[in-house]
Amino acid sequence: MTAAQTRMKPKTQRLIMIGAAVAALIVAALLAMPALRQGAAYFYAPADLAAAEITPGQAIRLGGLVEEGSVARLPDGITMTFRVTDRLESVPVRYAGLVPDLFREGQGVIADGRMQPDGVFLADTLLAKHDENYMPPEVAEAVERAEAEAKARSAPAG
Amino acid sequence: MIPETGHFALWLAAALAVAQLFGGWHFLRRSEHEAALRLLVPAAAAQGILCLIAFAALIWAFAVSDFSVALVANNSHTAKPELYKLTGAWANHEGSMLLWVCVLAIFGAVAALRVRALGARFRARLIQTMGAIGLGFYAYLLISSNPFARLPNPPAEGAGLNPLLQDPGLAFHPPLLYLGYVGMSVTFAFAVAALIERQVGPLWARTVRPWVLTAWAFLTGGIMLGSFWAYYELGWGGWWFWDPVENASLMPWLAATALFHSVGVLAARDALRNWTILLAVAAFSFSMIGTFIVRSGLLTSVHSFAVDPERGLFLLTLLALYVGGALTLYAVRAGSVTHGAPFRPLSREGALVFNNLILSAILGVVFIGTLYPVVLEALGGGRVSVGPPYYESALMPLMLALLIVMAIGPFLRWRRSQTGAAARRMVPALVTAAIFAAVALAVGIRGVLTILGIAIAAWLGAASVMIVAGKGARRLSAASAGTAIAHLGVAITALGIAISAAGSSERITNLAPGETDRVAGFAVRLDGVEPVAGPNYTSVRGLISVLVDGRVMPLEPERRAFISPMQVTTETDILPLWTGNLYAVIGDNDAEGRWQVRLHWQPMIALIWIGGLIAAAGGLVGALAGGRRRRRERREAAQ
Amino acid sequence: MTITKRLSIIVPLALFIAFVVVALVGLETPQNAPIESQVIGQPLPDFELEGLNADNPGLAASDLRRGGPVLVNLFGSWCVPCRLEAPQLAQLAEGGAVVHAIAIRDERRDVERFLTENGDPFARIGLDPRGRMQIELGASGVPETFLIDGNGVIRRQWIGQIRDEQVPEILAELERWK
Repeated sequence: MTAAQTRMKPKTQRLIMIGAAVAALIVAALLAMPALRQGAAYFYAPADLAAAEITPGQAIRLGGLVEEGSVARLPDGITMTFRVTDRLESVPVRYAGLVPDLFREGQGVIADGRMQPDGVFLADTLLAKHDENYMPPEVAEAVERAEAEAKARSAPAG
Repeated sequence: MIPETGHFALWLAAALAVAQLFGGWHFLRRSEHEAALRLLVPAAAAQGILCLIAFAALIWAFAVSDFSVALVANNSHTAKPELYKLTGAWANHEGSMLLWVCVLAIFGAVAALRVRALGARFRARLIQTMGAIGLGFYAYLLISSNPFARLPNPPAEGAGLNPLLQDPGLAFHPPLLYLGYVGMSVTFAFAVAALIERQVGPLWARTVRPWVLTAWAFLTGGIMLGSFWAYYELGWGGWWFWDPVENASLMPWLAATALFHSVGVLAARDALRNWTILLAVAAFSFSMIGTFIVRSGLLTSVHSFAVDPERGLFLLTLLALYVGGALTLYAVRAGSVTHGAPFRPLSREGALVFNNLILSAILGVVFIGTLYPVVLEALGGGRVSVGPPYYESALMPLMLALLIVMAIGPFLRWRRSQTGAAARRMVPALVTAAIFAAVALAVGIRGVLTILGIAIAAWLGAASVMIVAGKGARRLSAASAGTAIAHLGVAITALGIAISAAGSSERITNLAPGETDRVAGFAVRLDGVEPVAGPNYTSVRGLISVLVDGRVMPLEPERRAFISPMQVTTETDILPLWTGNLYAVIGDNDAEGRWQVRLHWQPMIALIWIGGLIAAAGGLVGALAGGRRRRRERREAAQ
Repeated sequence: MTITKRLSIIVPLALFIAFVVVALVGLETPQNAPIESQVIGQPLPDFELEGLNADNPGLAASDLRRGGPVLVNLFGSWCVPCRLEAPQLAQLAEGGAVVHAIAIRDERRDVERFLTENGDPFARIGLDPRGRMQIELGASGVPETFLIDGNGVIRRQWIGQIRDEQVPEILAELERWK
């Protein structure tokens, strides 16, 4: 290697490195932005939902309480229907699958899914709220780590 | 008296941390390095012992169910099994913070006793920095989260019988994670000391390497244990949920992975000085950011716990002090760190730079996804949740690119770019990849990305084995062996992810006793259900028979109802076969006596955790390699 | 030093400061449930809940419409944080607050034992075996505490365990609605 080369190199090197870092940033942003637009689900309470313009098929998250006396199971034994309410409004929900351990009438629930054109919310995932009692932060954190009973899953594949 | 002893030990340890910080300052200003060490090393060692005493005192309080200690009263119960009484000591906020400082103090003590290679002055700076880190956490513990606080009127019985916390996975996953998180504090202290003393170079890199690798191995083990726990306990068949709590542990892992690769470049080629220092700061920063996110409730708002905002603020202050301080120091000093050696893009170091860029991009994507809901809400943009679809679509291309770089990198030489020779040596691995892809197609796996994933994972696996085969056992250094093992582990995990994602099937069904259903070609019969009485729960157990290759195997998922507190939990049952796992969950029954049953078939899913453990083992081997080389160097220096 | 280099040194610090700012704003934003009660400002519907025994006659909507502001505490004997907030409720009662309680999905015997163990600061206690009042009040869990003004309108909601430092705030709120 000549002396001239060794003198030139670090500067070029640094430019290449910075160029590569900027490229990596741009790639990450290009990958993240569209994914974020499609993958982020907005949260609505039933009253918000009544006021908002929701395109059917858009992924959203619905939260509220499971209305007393609204839970019913369809004859197939798997699909269940219930209403989610915030007392002002209530939204009919359909869900096929096992409900989470803490799913109960009168309890908080968060449903991930989409509105159908017929006004029924089709849920892919139900999260029953962790606990009917608000735990002190320390217990909550441990259970939070667990994410435990809160999750139940979803309609049959496809 | 024993809890008071523990409390007192903590105060003493905090006093020693003060002595480390200011005493170190005093001596180092007059350049009295040896005098500084005579103060600092014993102080750090004593701190480790005092923290152990404090931790033992807390364990003791839990072991004997001393309900006059508030923490025990709130988190324990005499009816708890013995083991979970003990693990209950850290399954709560205060106890887990005590575990954190205990690990910190022990790491500090070991570092103080062992890090000699960089000279007395550097060693003193390192111990001083560890003291400064410790001090903040002692303050946090003693001021806002005292684990030894007493109750004026102790209850006769404790209130903590949460069945969820009585699980081996949950009991041992936090300590492992903490060993990883806190291990990063040592590398952070290395970086700060290096910036202060302007001592960044190959020797620094070789000295810090075993610390990074050890912490990384623990972090890997902790993440894998957490993932496996979520898999069998949550009952919906997934193994990673992109939950903020999981991301909190993934981000420091990504930073640490980038770190020890760039440390490798620094050690071998004296390049990437600033970048390596920055990563060392980042790895610990993300550990703290993770802890902050989990504890402050910043990101758990959908679960609506009553979170104490004061604690979040305290942690944020610590975070701002340490990370802000280190980054300011970096901004002031980085310009004066002299430049390392230049290199070519198609060389080992070039590949490692690529690896670092991709890992940083992955880290960025995870960070954006985790914080996006907070930013949006802070800007008044409404509440959102960012779930798996985001991460999967954004990360897939980056992951595949990373695997390819991993497969090629170890075959490139330092400095030189000789594409021809490297390509020739890659041939067997590429053939293996083609075979795997062909087999995958033959057994009916479809999907371009899946086939690509399987092929690349196979390529990486074969390439890793070839590192060992190519060098022969005798010429193989422990460092190369560590790389080979860790890369093989990653390949196995990637293979498990690709195959299980492509081949999983799920069946939700409603069965009366005696009825049969099928999942993925297995005949499954519900024979009946039986009631079971546990120590503090009653349970319904489903008796399911599965026909596997002409043999009948049992699957017995349960649904447990705990009495105090009232809580229902599902206990999955998993039937591990050589080709994959059959996974069953039982749900409610209806009026006609039919039971909801959910069945999953997940081919090769166990590879995910097996690969993770192999990778962690590779990290430990690599860490030992540093030790062996240092001993050799010391021997040579002595001769 | 080139500008690019100076930038690459400052950028990490700037990013970190941005994170701290966002985190601060995030910490300041109330972290309450996504299921915040939508019923603040709404009148309570009619209800009548059974009491524990002959000495404790139960709770009805009319008890909350007697002209003065009252607190209604939703609790359960099975709930851990409800035990922890017992001293704070006692302080509120000592501070002059009228505290009513609704026991959610509970058994008479368990409630009685809970009261002997943790003290009974409550003026009236209603039993709600099915948790109907949770819906009516828009609560998503226990414990929650509501402030009802003298006309039976729901004015404030405190989610989760009442902490020591909240006691003066709650007493001041009660003063405000007098």
